[in-house]
Amino acid sequence: MSSSNQTHSESGASPFEFLLQMGDNCLILAHRNSQWCGHGPALEEDIAIANISLDLIGQTQLWLGLAGEVEGAGRSADDLAYLRDAFDFRNLLLVERPNGDFGLTLMRQFLFDAWHLPMLKGLQQSTDQRVAEIAEKSVREVAYHLERSSDLIVRLGDGSEQSHQRMQSALDELWSYTGEMLDFDDLSPTLVSQGMVPQAQGIAEAFNQHVSETLQQATLTQPASEFVRRGGKTGIHSEHLGYVLAEMQFLQRAYPGATW
Amino acid sequence: MYAQLVKTDGKGVKPLDEMTPEERVFQQRIDDDQKIEPKDWMPDGYRKNLIRQISQHAHSELVGQLPESNWITRAPTLERKAILLAKVQDEAGHGLYLYCAAETLGISRDQMFDQLHSGKSKYSSIFNYPTLTWADMGAVGWLVDGAAIMNQVPLQRTSYGPYARAMVRICKEESFHQRQGFHIMMKMANGTAAQKRMAQDALNRFWYPSLMMFGPSDKDSVHSAQSMAWKIKINTNDELRQKFVDQTVPQAEYLGLTVPDKDLRWNDETGSYVFTEPDWDEFYAVLAGNGPCNKERLQARVDAWNDGDWFREGLLANAAKRRAKQGEAA
Repeated sequence: MSSSNQTHSESGASPFEFLLQMGDNCLILAHRNSQWCGHGPALEEDIAIANISLDLIGQTQLWLGLAGEVEGAGRSADDLAYLRDAFDFRNLLLVERPNGDFGLTLMRQFLFDAWHLPMLKGLQQSTDQRVAEIAEKSVREVAYHLERSSDLIVRLGDGSEQSHQRMQSALDELWSYTGEMLDFDDLSPTLVSQGMVPQAQGIAEAFNQHVSETLQQATLTQPASEFVRRGGKTGIHSEHLGYVLAEMQFLQRAYPGATW
Repeated sequence: MYAQLVKTDGKGVKPLDEMTPEERVFQQRIDDDQKIEPKDWMPDGYRKNLIRQISQHAHSELVGQLPESNWITRAPTLERKAILLAKVQDEAGHGLYLYCAAETLGISRDQMFDQLHSGKSKYSSIFNYPTLTWADMGAVGWLVDGAAIMNQVPLQRTSYGPYARAMVRICKEESFHQRQGFHIMMKMANGTAAQKRMAQDALNRFWYPSLMMFGPSDKDSVHSAQSMAWKIKINTNDELRQKFVDQTVPQAEYLGLTVPDKDLRWNDETGSYVFTEPDWDEFYAVLAGNGPCNKERLQARVDAWNDGDWFREGLLANAAKRRAKQGEAA
């Protein structure tokens, strides 16, 4: 398991923990999205959501692969995905929220994408070459994710009365989970000062601008509440994550040591 | 396979001298291996029969996502998860090509969905069987996609242009699916005792349902004779089933697994295997709705459609608003 100098400390997240944040976000969101496969509201949506999950699993492999390398304890991306318990996961609370209806799933995706894209753009400039390379590989996929989710938010927000209501209630339900993304460098001031990760302020500005423009076009109202739910990045998750992991890790836990 | 027991309306193949001049020209084109295209004249029976066959095939791709998506969240490694996701995504894509091909014959996707949801239109019986262990992901790729390919490769030469072209794309992807299925089986069959047990169990459960995918013997069927004259069916069900058995048995041997048929033997004279027919009573029971998962599979599709109502309505409402705005601007 991780040694003490690689866990959260007063100086903020270690590079290992930061890489887990990136990878775990992708993994848990991919898991949630993949639950829609074969159950989407239109065949085109089944295809799109499978495709996004696939992109996110690919990114998970890169981030967790590098995390294992940085940790130096011989753990592979699969070991990290399948053999950690919930309190060692570092994903945002947002991505472990249950799917709800397709509107809630889309809103969760949109809010995540609106953070994910500027974050990756910032990481393209990372002083750590390996991080910059993963960001470079992921940024085009995520630009498409954001384009799709923004487009659907606008169409459904400014659609029928019912679709408008559903999207507004999805936004209201998820809004308090967005703050955790934006205070990103609260956790890792050292990493920011080293240039490994970008300043949170720039990411927050890009997020706020894109979200407020899109919501305006969608005729949706941005919630006024500034209450922020936190915990995912320090390993204090909701009850939902345990069930996600129980399902995801079943085979690796039930048949230890088998190869697949 | 994906379209089992497609019935024609006709009473058999009309002799040339009983055909109208239009029908004769049409049959001549088919006999000359020319492709029929959407705007060409075609007999009503040909159109209806194709709609049935292609929509049944499309529904099979759509419903066929479910037994595999059942394991996406539990896939044992990130790579296996990615491959399975890609595969299920391909299946949705195949459904899309096929619904589009059927639409060129004058039926809408919504109408086809209605027929599926009301039970009027069928999908392959194989998808009414459950996927119970990870080895089933191997068995589905190896056996179910293997049987699908057996049927679909000849359909690349089918007489209806849009169907034939859809098949060309589908076959390429299915071959990849079958290989990855076999690869899962190899890992399991060469793995721990528990994995080998899962692999054998999957073969035991999927063997006969896979043989059923080709449909009951149709060598005496008037429906098949007509479909074959129209080249929307190329081989008889028995021919394809035999070919499948001949190809699959050596693969099972290579894996060190036992085909669950104690009477299976090689016949030197015919150069093929003698095998036990599947239980056709079970096949008809599954087709009638009494398979292990019929209710769940269809309900999942009906729920997806009904729960998605507001989503599709919302998009339509937005499109109408945009058109109205453009109208004002013009």
